[in-house]
Amino acid sequence: MHLVDYIILFVYLAFVLGIGWMLKRNMNSSEDFFLSGRSIPAWIAGLAFLSANLGAQELLGMAASGAKYGIMTSHFYWIGAVPAMVFVGIFMMPFYYGSKARSVPEYLKMRYDEKTRGFNAISFAVMTLFSSGISMYALAALFELLLGWNFNMSIFISAMIVLAYIFLGGLTSAIYNEVLQFFLIVMGFLPMVFLGLYDVGGWSGLVAKLDVVAAANGYAAGTWTNSWTHLQSAASNPMGVEWFGLVMGLGFVLSFGYWCTDFLVIQRAMAANSMTAARKTPLIAAVPKMLYPALVILPGMIAIALHYTLPGGFLPKLADGTINYNMTIPMMLYHYFPTGLLGLGMTALIASFMSGMAGNVTAFNTVWTYDIYQSYIRPGKTDNHYLWVGRFTTVVGIALSIITAYMATHFNNIMDMLQLVFAFVNAPLFATFMLGMFWKRATGHGAFIGLISGTLIAAVHHGLTMPADILNPGLHGGWLGTIVHTYPSEMAQNFWTAIYAWSGCFAITVIISLITKRNKSDEELKGLVYSLTGRAVEEGIVWYRRPALLGMLVLGGALILNIIFW
Amino acid sequence: MDIRTPIGLMFLIIGIILVFWGFISGPEIYSRSLNVNVNILWGLVLVAFGAVMSGLAWKAARKGN
Repeated sequence: MHLVDYIILFVYLAFVLGIGWMLKRNMNSSEDFFLSGRSIPAWIAGLAFLSANLGAQELLGMAASGAKYGIMTSHFYWIGAVPAMVFVGIFMMPFYYGSKARSVPEYLKMRYDEKTRGFNAISFAVMTLFSSGISMYALAALFELLLGWNFNMSIFISAMIVLAYIFLGGLTSAIYNEVLQFFLIVMGFLPMVFLGLYDVGGWSGLVAKLDVVAAANGYAAGTWTNSWTHLQSAASNPMGVEWFGLVMGLGFVLSFGYWCTDFLVIQRAMAANSMTAARKTPLIAAVPKMLYPALVILPGMIAIALHYTLPGGFLPKLADGTINYNMTIPMMLYHYFPTGLLGLGMTALIASFMSGMAGNVTAFNTVWTYDIYQSYIRPGKTDNHYLWVGRFTTVVGIALSIITAYMATHFNNIMDMLQLVFAFVNAPLFATFMLGMFWKRATGHGAFIGLISGTLIAAVHHGLTMPADILNPGLHGGWLGTIVHTYPSEMAQNFWTAIYAWSGCFAITVIISLITKRNKSDEELKGLVYSLTGRAVEEGIVWYRRPALLGMLVLGGALILNIIFW
Repeated sequence: MDIRTPIGLMFLIIGIILVFWGFISGPEIYSRSLNVNVNILWGLVLVAFGAVMSGLAWKAARKGN
């Protein structure tokens, strides 16, 4: 990078720290620090909701998938996100926001019982620390490779910057920086898409080039540019999935499980300044979400088209001779951006790494302070005490993230194993929430036993199955010794693990609930369960500004995109 | 604080840097970007975006008082 590129990076860093500094005087109570004093307007909460989800790893990963699987990757957006985002906004937000719960685990305590909350709070807290550490590790590793930056310095500096701005401005700082990062990503990546499309001869040129890619890999023409046409069987597309596994596994279980229960994103909506704003948060986020494939998947498709047309290829190779898809975005930035614009692109990438860390650290803070510290360690202290615990937890959270970042450098397998365990823990979660919100008979024992069983079912299913392209049992499945079923791809295996976990949790929660006594009366469940809660009043809001209409428009938009790129 | 103020200001500054750099840099660096001086072009887009954001923040502040 040239001097001018560094200047742009420093301008960004100055603004990040400046925002934290400006927000310092607003932090007077623990609710200011952890929930932004519930004062964030809908559009800001919406963009933060989106950015908290799309950290740098997702960004690089989605571009990699765009190269590997083509436009089918957009199912992660059009089927795997938008419907769930509309559902959480219209149906679930009234309970999250209306109950005044300060976190997702706290909602579980109000609805079910202490043990269900504890299980969720502790697994979530550990998970956020690891995600934040992995973000830091990925940033340092990528920039060591690209620009030769010192690995330890990258970790130290990024940690210090994130620490400074969260310590000063709490969740508000994180949210404001997520909004800043959203615009940086859009403004930093758009020219790459324009230049890339121009280079390959527009959309029609890209389609023609991707047909060559499909043919070279043994698939029908259009496999890289049609999202549904090649889903009738797992053998006819590079993802190795068929439509039922995709719709149920990704579109229902995984997507609803993530968007409707993950506190990292829900926290942004809880910080909104009114019930209507909270309900609109995921709906507003869904609009850019469904257009994001143009920004993150399209570059991957352009990259693979270039890889097959340029002499000598375009993407770098791994040691075993296969294509290193993860380098798609960096290669595209280097290929098209001159110094100056390159600084903007790199800054956007760094911003998304840091906001990914910050999002995890703020969610960790809140869950640790409210759900673990205030509940089990020191209840009944003054609000000021918890505000300071939150600040101190930020320091501890960052320190632990640094440790996990270094663990990632030394024990890659441990990281993969942990991520697998978290996938097992998360898979059944949506069944617990759905039954909790829509069935008043669901009991605390039912929820807890259902969750544990769902997690175990996920683990057992994974342990008994294998993806076809993996030879040895281990982290990718088959570790229980016998192999009952072989899936065409790892993605198909993941989708089905989720489907089994969700169904198991659902069935067992229902059965245990029916044979145990209700532990909460109708009175206690008011505002927490659908049938016992009054409909959200929207008087004084003109019909065209109501969340339900916005939700329908968003769903309609996603449907149209699916049809265009069918 | 209105978030649009820092966003607007930051993109204004970065946009101006890009336009300035676009004028003083030699044409040889633009072979990458298909011989288009993207620094000037995109810098102007950023300046316009920053101006709109700052304008909205300024309007909101005036209405608030």
